[in-house]
Amino acid sequence: MSDVIYSRPKSLNNISTHYCPGCGHGIAHRLIAEVVDELNIRESVIGVTPIGCAVIAYDYWNFDCSEAAHGRALAVATAIKRVRPQNIVFTYQGDGDLAAIGTNETIHAANRGENLTCIFINNAVYGMTGGQMAPTTLLGQKTATTITGRDQKLHGYPLKISEMLALLPGVKYIERVAMDSPQGILKAKKAIRLAFENQINNAGFSLVELLSPCPTYWGVSPKEALRWIKEEMTKVFPPGRIK
Amino acid sequence: MVNPKPKKILLSGNEAIAEGAIQAGCQFYAGYPITPQNELTAYMAKHMPENNRIFIQSESETAAINMVYGASAAGARAMTSSSSPGISLKQEGISYLAGAELPAVIVNIMRAGPGLGNIWPSQADYFQATRGGGHGDYRCIVLAPSSVQEAYGQMFKAFELADKYRNPVMILGDGLLGQMMEPVEIVKAEGLDAKYDKPWAVTGCKGRERNITKSFHMNEGDLEKANLILQKKYAGIQKKEQDWEEFLIKDAKIVIVAYGSMARIAKGLVRKLRQGGMRIGLIRPVTLWPFPVKAFANRKPKVSNRKFLVVEMSYGQMVEDVRLSLEGSSKVEFLGRSGGGVLTQAQILRKIKALL
Repeated sequence: MSDVIYSRPKSLNNISTHYCPGCGHGIAHRLIAEVVDELNIRESVIGVTPIGCAVIAYDYWNFDCSEAAHGRALAVATAIKRVRPQNIVFTYQGDGDLAAIGTNETIHAANRGENLTCIFINNAVYGMTGGQMAPTTLLGQKTATTITGRDQKLHGYPLKISEMLALLPGVKYIERVAMDSPQGILKAKKAIRLAFENQINNAGFSLVELLSPCPTYWGVSPKEALRWIKEEMTKVFPPGRIK
Repeated sequence: MVNPKPKKILLSGNEAIAEGAIQAGCQFYAGYPITPQNELTAYMAKHMPENNRIFIQSESETAAINMVYGASAAGARAMTSSSSPGISLKQEGISYLAGAELPAVIVNIMRAGPGLGNIWPSQADYFQATRGGGHGDYRCIVLAPSSVQEAYGQMFKAFELADKYRNPVMILGDGLLGQMMEPVEIVKAEGLDAKYDKPWAVTGCKGRERNITKSFHMNEGDLEKANLILQKKYAGIQKKEQDWEEFLIKDAKIVIVAYGSMARIAKGLVRKLRQGGMRIGLIRPVTLWPFPVKAFANRKPKVSNRKFLVVEMSYGQMVEDVRLSLEGSSKVEFLGRSGGGVLTQAQILRKIKALL
């Protein structure tokens, strides 16, 4: 007799992703799918997918999803949840989507205390468009639009949107996790689970920021990307419970 | 279920649109303050919650239209309203609604532009409304009310058309109509929103395959296919949904063409001139897209040398559709004012006299 201890979540479709080797999106997609299965909400969950590398996340998940225009995921999710409070609604957004073009929607959905779950992928760069500076790009980090490195005099500082959102009374839960190791990935799953449980318990707005590797546009190997998260990114974006 | 004894109440155009939307089964409204349509948002803020519907004052016009997108994706009858500069901001969202084939109603109580312009009436957003407005090959159905009662009634039609065709529908009014108060016959209607099933909505995939609402088609050839489906739908709308009003045109030497508030002013003038024996008539497009081509094309009027005079609160936008519809078969003249000025009957009469 043998027991199955690891298998594909029902919420994850059996297809290959388009992500680059070493990318964090595939891991984050799977963690969400595992949590959705474990909480038994696959038939009531509605995902709102972003514009960015994860634009076709809906192809990988086996539950209802709606595309949102760039930056507008939390406005779209606000309305879906208000119309269907019995459903579990989450957004999946990158740093450009959530913290640059969508900053307004992000702040106001959080400030209204919308009973939503927001999964925020921070990889410090725009991936789909070719590696431009993101709001979360580190100082000195070279990108397609900060050729000699991000300079605060010209480009401002890395935006700590999670810390900003934590100031808002409508926000229930914010946690930042570094997906730089198996331990980090387990912590990420725990945080994602809590963010969904909060919504099930009508607790209000929850956000999990995942520091996620982008070897392609950091110009490093997948292994080096994990080291860079651990040693460089976490200096600016320290992991832990923010609220 | 229609109430056998409708009552009349005094409402501004903005309030009548809001009340009409509620009676037509609007379940979700999101909007942002902008003059001259604020009474509409205020009316919704009070009456939507009273009727167990959802009202959100959004953080921006952009957020409002994307909330409408979300509400519609979730299966609700959803609308937003604004005025010209705000409608410009909504264009991205309208394009996404059209691309994802989501029903929605958008009200534009036009003010004068370009830029910040001013808050007085205008019809200068005709091109934006009838040509799509945002990016890509798409069309909104556009209805143009010319009285407060008609504005009220068109809300029923707007939600009906939006659901029927899974397409955004725009009500194109102006500041004059929005602010004007008239008695409105109220129709109590129930169950209108249940007429169209929405098996495509994102409601949770219980007992069915998952649904996805989207406008992204990256695989080679997919977007072209999706666009051709849209084009086929638009061709059907053009065939079936053209609507217009004709007033005393049979023997008219000059036919005025006007929509919305301008048509109201022109109609009064036609009545007066007819009393004086002048052969003047009016064609009033009620749908601006689809443009009522049938009102103009292949009509072969008995009057020789009939002229058309298009009057607009713009420097000439709808006049292009009149010319396209007539295909050179009649002479088309134009008179317009824009920037907040409303053409008077005296100004239109001067132009008519010059043409006779």
